[in-house]
Amino acid sequence: MIPIDHIMILSAILFAIGVAGVIIRRNAIIVFLSIELMLNAVNLGFIGFATHMHSMVGVLFVFFVLVVAAAEAVVGLAIMLEIFRNKETLNLDEINLLKW
Amino acid sequence: MTETLWLIPALPLLGFLLNGLAGRWLGKTFVSLVGPGMVGVSFILSLMVFQEMLSAPGMSITQHLYPWIEAGSFKVPVDFTVDRLSGLFLLIVTGVGFVIHVFAVGYMAHEEGFARFFAYLNLFVFFMLVLVLGSSLLLLFVGWEGVGLCSYLLIGYYYTKDSAASAAKKAFVFNRVGDFGFIAASLILFSVFGTLEMATINRMAPETLALGGGLATAITLLLFLGATGKSAQIPLYVWLPDAMEGPTPVSALIHAATMVTAGLYLLARMSHLFVLAPFTMSVVAVIGLMTALVAATIAVAQYDIKRVLAYSTVSQLGYMFLAMGVGAFGAGIFHVMTHAFFKALLFLGSGSVINALHHEQDMRKMGSLLKKMPITGYTFIIGALAISGFPLLSGFYSKDEVLWNAYSSSAGSTLYWVVGALTAVLTAFYMFRAVGMTFFGKSNVAHPEKVKESPLVMTIPLMVLAALAVAGGWVGIPASQGELFGIPHVLEHYFDGFFAVIPVSGHHSHGTELLLMLAVTTLGLLAMWGGYTLFSKHRERAAALREKFLPLHKVLAGKYFIDELYDRVVTRPVHWVSERVLWKIVDVKIIDGTVNGTALATRQLGGLLRKTQNGIIENYAVGMVLGCVAILAYLVF
Repeated sequence: MIPIDHIMILSAILFAIGVAGVIIRRNAIIVFLSIELMLNAVNLGFIGFATHMHSMVGVLFVFFVLVVAAAEAVVGLAIMLEIFRNKETLNLDEINLLKW
Repeated sequence: MTETLWLIPALPLLGFLLNGLAGRWLGKTFVSLVGPGMVGVSFILSLMVFQEMLSAPGMSITQHLYPWIEAGSFKVPVDFTVDRLSGLFLLIVTGVGFVIHVFAVGYMAHEEGFARFFAYLNLFVFFMLVLVLGSSLLLLFVGWEGVGLCSYLLIGYYYTKDSAASAAKKAFVFNRVGDFGFIAASLILFSVFGTLEMATINRMAPETLALGGGLATAITLLLFLGATGKSAQIPLYVWLPDAMEGPTPVSALIHAATMVTAGLYLLARMSHLFVLAPFTMSVVAVIGLMTALVAATIAVAQYDIKRVLAYSTVSQLGYMFLAMGVGAFGAGIFHVMTHAFFKALLFLGSGSVINALHHEQDMRKMGSLLKKMPITGYTFIIGALAISGFPLLSGFYSKDEVLWNAYSSSAGSTLYWVVGALTAVLTAFYMFRAVGMTFFGKSNVAHPEKVKESPLVMTIPLMVLAALAVAGGWVGIPASQGELFGIPHVLEHYFDGFFAVIPVSGHHSHGTELLLMLAVTTLGLLAMWGGYTLFSKHRERAAALREKFLPLHKVLAGKYFIDELYDRVVTRPVHWVSERVLWKIVDVKIIDGTVNGTALATRQLGGLLRKTQNGIIENYAVGMVLGCVAILAYLVF
């Protein structure tokens, strides 16, 4: 039995890596992957607690997160495809339409 | 018949809708059938209702139509009541109204907006009937405002004329001043009595309010303020002479026979309230007396035939208020009735003259018209005789009744009689001055060969009204004369126990009554003769007299400069305050400043905040992460 502390620390590390990726990286695909990493870090936390507490609720949540992540991947990748067609780049510094 | 009472006002309303909505396309024949026709049918129905009312228990019939307002204890049903007072008004409004409508068909034949005219006229009759029939003060007020609206619309009928448009506004504004009094009085009445039903208020008033108490005085004074606005009394009378800008049938119907008597109707209706406030009663009498005298003196020096009649109307209304002020409500209503006949006749006669002379209203450009227009001329003279109090004509009886009551009532006095008699003499003088200038003497008409008598549609109404002006007073032959021939005083018994009564002190003999009447009549006859000769055969003497009293003439011709006084004291200060303070400071600086300032502040704050929106998504992400960390930190520690 892996102690819950270890699982949580691993989850936190993965999450932090994800956050750092979102903030630092310029490529939209990498940012997108970093977001997926954050989601899965949270999933790991859920699973860990579910096992620890012998409850199925955490597992249930993981399924929800997976479904949402899959939907997000569909929409997000489609948007990125369109952006690339229009701007020939996925560098976030150049995609700066959201301003005054 | 009780179930069909609502038809009486509904028919003119239907006429208004037909003429107003479809009249333009359906042609003049249609309009001239519907306009007078609806009022005519209303008149027939009114006669039937009147007949039924006389035999009904309590001489009053009520039709309950529907509850209008019900909020807690505040209930206003739409009830129409015909009793002895409203029944009489019903007949005057529909009867005289019908005759004037018929006349208007001829008078307005060549005017623009024929259908619009009859639509407004029918609407007026509708509101007047609501005013008369309504059993609660609020319903009366609906009619009261409605006739004010129609008066405004019809005075401003020639709306492209600047003077007509401003006269209409003037009438409207002056009436609003009076309405303030009416509304305030209604509010107090509701808070005291818990109802606006006039019958209930009259019944409860003697027990609820103290005789001569401050509350009764306040309520009645406010009601009287409303009456002075609608019935053109000092200080609010100046709108009526200007209202002559409207077509002549309008002057006859609204500004002589019906609407301007609404104030008197209100007083008579609330008589049980008014007798509780002796102070108000004397105010009513004194104001009426002053108005009668002032307006009569102004009328002496006017040259516009319609203005003479307008001031004459103001003066006669003052007479009626004098009668009410001394507690003789019946006499006042009697004079309302006879005045409706002869003043409508005089106005229509002047309309016939004006029409024949192609809208010439200046009497100096008339003269010797009797031969050209015999029917108009003779009927006009009958009207003038009636208003001047020529024996046996209607005005003779009603005027005498008013004067006698002013003298003999416990609230009256000899002074009232003297001033009243002086007014009567002046009335005779200026009326026959008008007759002399218009129908006799040398002709000053621009194109005398073109003048011809008006068509039958105009002369028949004149003859009908002339007959009424002669015979209309016979219902009120006073006992002092009637006893000799065994003629009862019909009107006095008609109103038996209807109005509140002021206890009469002392006994006045029929001899005194006859003597006073003889004095006034003799003086009146002399004044008639004087006015006639001076302004027909001996106009140079009139001119010499005018030169002799030039300053006085100027004051009278200038109407005592009351309009100028109001202009200086009210209009200009209000205008100044409106422009300099309310517009330039309150509106521009304070109100606009607040609104614009709020917008400006929001915009500048937004300008600062939008600097953070730089479009670099990472910055937003960092902000979000930092925010999350901050919230977490707060929750954890």
